[in-house]
Amino acid sequence: MIQVENLTRKFDQFTAVNDISFEVDSGEIFAFLGPNGAGKTTTIKMLTTLLRPTSGRIHLDGLDPWVKQRDARQRFGIVFQDPSLDNEQTALENMELHGILYHIPRRVRVERIEELLRLFELWERRNDYVKTFSGGMKRRLEIARGFLHTPKILFLDEPTLGLDPQSRNQLWTHVKNLNAKEKTTVFLTTHYMDEADRVAHRIAIMDHGAIVAIGTSAELKARTNTDSLEAAFLALTGTSLRDESASSTDNLRRFAQMWQQKR
Amino acid sequence: MGAIYIMWLREVKRYFRSKAQVIVSLGQPTLYLLALGFGFGPIFAKAGAGNYIQFMAPGVIGMTVLFSSIFSGMAMLWDRQFGFLKETLVAPVPRLNIIFGRTLGGATVATMQGLLMLAVCLIAGFRPVHQHAPGTPATHNWLAIPVALIFIAMIALVFAALGASVGSSIKDMQGFQVLMNFMVMPIFFLSGALFPLKNLGAVMTWITHADPLSYGIDGLRGVLIGNWQFNFGWQFNFMLDLGLLAALAAIFLGTSAWLFSRIEV
Repeated sequence: MIQVENLTRKFDQFTAVNDISFEVDSGEIFAFLGPNGAGKTTTIKMLTTLLRPTSGRIHLDGLDPWVKQRDARQRFGIVFQDPSLDNEQTALENMELHGILYHIPRRVRVERIEELLRLFELWERRNDYVKTFSGGMKRRLEIARGFLHTPKILFLDEPTLGLDPQSRNQLWTHVKNLNAKEKTTVFLTTHYMDEADRVAHRIAIMDHGAIVAIGTSAELKARTNTDSLEAAFLALTGTSLRDESASSTDNLRRFAQMWQQKR
Repeated sequence: MGAIYIMWLREVKRYFRSKAQVIVSLGQPTLYLLALGFGFGPIFAKAGAGNYIQFMAPGVIGMTVLFSSIFSGMAMLWDRQFGFLKETLVAPVPRLNIIFGRTLGGATVATMQGLLMLAVCLIAGFRPVHQHAPGTPATHNWLAIPVALIFIAMIALVFAALGASVGSSIKDMQGFQVLMNFMVMPIFFLSGALFPLKNLGAVMTWITHADPLSYGIDGLRGVLIGNWQFNFGWQFNFMLDLGLLAALAAIFLGTSAWLFSRIEV
């Protein structure tokens, strides 16, 4: 379903993703783990047509997303690391907008929106503005939205960041169920080892822009001679801390927070 | 088409939902109209140039449309900030449609704001008039309003597209502040919104003629208080104003589409 060959992305002198290759099978839940700055998000951006690779090849469901861009985009859904909802519209309107952008015929759209909002327990709140939602509700709505156009692949970039254990647990249950029911291939990144251990069929561990290990949880543990995925992860990536510099988006966000407080 | 419509609808909905902002954004032009209009009125009349409120009204309508439309484009910064932009960037529709929808929405909103400002001007005593020759009495000309709407819409489109181009290229608030001070304010002050463009020095003439808003204001003023010989009637002429605005709208729309298509996050 996803084939990546020798994918590389350089930013000036810095190589964020360095010659990685992997494959994800149809219907698989595939987790990408790695410390901050390992290149996970850069990889997802390249897979989802948001960032042009410096070199290398990508195929999504057999399509090169840089050649057949729109066809490829129709085939995947994505839940970004940062929220991407329209806060000034209601849950229902956010779903509608997505449905129209993804060419879902009206009748199917109406039915599927209801089905997904009910499944993610947001139906009662469908006419409320997203800005009134809690972090967990927003995430649920984004995931529901990601499934709306029945994508073949769903990308989840740290979808549980900042959620409480209950929300995390519930969210993965839904994702697992939909993966089983609709055969959606799921490509996720996370910092929570227990989540990856629980939901992912296979795991790739990335560090300094390269994939250092790939396999099932059991294989990774066996390979590093450890008894938990966390221990395996630390054995593979070391224990030193990683620094990331703030991006312009981070700065903008900080500025906006200050500005909003002033109002 | 669906994408253009839904992006347009989003802008329009947003407008109707923020009633407070509608009022607030009319505040500044109203202040200009009243403070400058009544403040400079006597001097303006003494200079033999007539009623300053009459002169100012098309200027502050243009100002309202300018600010509203250019900010709608720059609102893309907020969508970048709150993340919604990405939802539209990965959608399986041409980015051209996304940016067109947004820009048309922004222009629609700015046009409505312009009409509201026109209403404020009417309340303040402004009347659209027609004058056959200098010195002859002016007759009320309500038919000028639908024609003025064309110019309001054209100004809205030009600057919504310019705002979208800017919004597609700047990434942070610092850039926004710089543009505000070095682009939007000069466009407004050098457009002839506040003073006649006649008899200016060579440099000033050159600058004001390079300002796109000059043609919008001229069109509005020509239509609303038009006369062909008087000091502050048409600076240019109907066809030149409209033609230039249309050309600029096309250029800015093209630029914004190109810049928007290149966004990477």
